[in-house]
Amino acid sequence: MHNSPLLRVNNITKRFGGITAVNEITFEIKKGELLGVIGPNGSGKTTLANLITGFVKPTSGTITFHGKDIHSLPPHKRVLLGIARTFQMVKPFYQLAAYKNLIIPLCSQRVKDMEGGKYGERDDIALDLLEEVGFERDSRVAYKPASILPQGYLKRLELAKAIALFPDLIILDELFSGLSLAEVASIIPIIEKLRVQGKAIIMIEHRLKELFRIADRIIVLNFGEKIAEGNADEVMESKAVKNAYLGAETE
Amino acid sequence: MAKRKERIDRGIKVRSDDIFALSSWREMLYLSSPRVLPIVIILFLAIFLSPYWQRVLLSVAVFGILSLSWDMLNQTGMISLGQSLFFGIGAYFAGTMNHYFGWHPFLTIPFAMIAGGLFCTVILMPLVRLRGIYFSMTTLILPIFFERLIEAARIFGGTEGLTGLQSLPYSWLELYLPLLFLLIVLFGFRRFMASDYGLVLKGIHDNDQSVKSSGININIYKAFVLFMASAVGCFAGAFITHVYLFVGMPVFALDYSILPIASSVVGGVGTFAGPVLGAFILVPLSEILRQFGGLRIVFYGMFLVIFIVALPDGIFPYIQRKYQQFERWVEVK
Ligand SMILES: Nc1ncnc2c1ncn2[C@@H]1O[C@H](COP(=O)(O)OP(=O)(O)OP(=O)(O)O)[C@@H](O)[C@H]1O
Ligand SMILES: [Mg+2]
Repeated sequence: MHNSPLLRVNNITKRFGGITAVNEITFEIKKGELLGVIGPNGSGKTTLANLITGFVKPTSGTITFHGKDIHSLPPHKRVLLGIARTFQMVKPFYQLAAYKNLIIPLCSQRVKDMEGGKYGERDDIALDLLEEVGFERDSRVAYKPASILPQGYLKRLELAKAIALFPDLIILDELFSGLSLAEVASIIPIIEKLRVQGKAIIMIEHRLKELFRIADRIIVLNFGEKIAEGNADEVMESKAVKNAYLGAETE
Repeated sequence: MAKRKERIDRGIKVRSDDIFALSSWREMLYLSSPRVLPIVIILFLAIFLSPYWQRVLLSVAVFGILSLSWDMLNQTGMISLGQSLFFGIGAYFAGTMNHYFGWHPFLTIPFAMIAGGLFCTVILMPLVRLRGIYFSMTTLILPIFFERLIEAARIFGGTEGLTGLQSLPYSWLELYLPLLFLLIVLFGFRRFMASDYGLVLKGIHDNDQSVKSSGININIYKAFVLFMASAVGCFAGAFITHVYLFVGMPVFALDYSILPIASSVVGGVGTFAGPVLGAFILVPLSEILRQFGGLRIVFYGMFLVIFIVALPDGIFPYIQRKYQQFERWVEVK
């Protein structure tokens, strides 16, 4: 049981009309593992995240999580089982104050089951979570409406919303994009900590250097297909990858 | 040098936000008057009114209730163009129960709220998947559908309607029942939206995908909101049935759909207090304009436009801002 994978994606395919966004992809991830997903623009990374979280339904293939087939469950039910995500395009609740954004995940059945986030305490839990992802304690930022927060804070807020759900698996869709080097450097320890806590993490990234430092394993997508899998060095060495992706990027 | 308007919280607002509010009468008054004043006005206004204007006040209450129902749906991202559905369904549930089974109004009204509320929820639930204008258009069609159904199938009195229904046992109830109900719903809804569950609804309005990815079943929340809004709207219809002692096809009229929207827009969408304030302005205005006969609708439309252009956020948010903040011009370099 200890070594069985937490998530298993099996031959999953997604077609949008004529486009095959994800083609027969298979992979696994274990507890405490950090899996990187890379690939050129439009290679199907976000679609893969949407398939795992239930925002799009697969054309064929299965997904098992905690040994249970989840491929037909709606998104909120997958969250209840322990899958949380961030969105590439951040999706905060703009009219709410930053910390109030977290009240919504804290109202979910998942949180009630895990901890019983009782009414009235949720505000405190929310403020603690924001501090955890790098909102300065006692600054006013946490109380500002999300609509006026800069990108760096919105990304952190997105991460906090996922962490609030006590996830076993977190999918981070280009969390680092649009952030400065310093901001990325300050978020990496937060991710490392989540891994130490035994959570499985899937990081979709374009920022290869930072990803390669922390990822245990990497899969590479191109035109919806998995063209390589391995640790950073193995992936870099692969011919297919050089052709499809890294080759195109050497300036 | 350019100038910019700056808004600053009034000192008394800041003090009253905190526990210090308990330290002086002035602060306590500042905090409580926005709640106490409307209650006093709504409940005691009738004493000073002629029977004719009491009748208008009754109408204000009914439209105020429909506006509250509209604003509740709106705050969850459902823009209803068919408030008359709730009004009409409530009216027919109460009317038929009274006509065919002789139920007392004290029974038909709560029954119409619960059964009518459930009925509307069941019809509207399949529509909540529709976004924006698609949801709205369908709500516009539904009341017309029921109106034509009753006409064509000749059920529930057909075009004649059902007459001779039982009146409320005490005539003072005809005014105070809707006014009390209006107050309860107003403060109840405001309280609910300020709770954590209200936040979830605001979240659904903002971004439903983000709510789903927060592990929340948005359909349950939407169903709950639909039921609350339907039940409240059904109350208005059921109540009116026992005032007019009649129920017929006019209960599905467009007025009951349009006026709640106009009230909400004029008063301030998303505040509950605004839509009620809007009803308090628009319904009497429409009465005053009666003397202009055919030109009534022209003047009415003009006033609507003036209100909306002058205060696009609505009257209530404007008053609230003045109450809580003062403005001054500052120079910016
Ligand atoms: N809802 C959709 N409808 C139609 N086509 C879609 C949809 N979502 C994605 N696609 C298509 O599927 C392909 C993969 O898109 P996807 O967003 O998964 O790529 P990605 O790897 O995340 O790209 P990026 O690096 O730019 O974020 C693209 O060709 C895209 O146009
Ligand atoms: Mg993407």
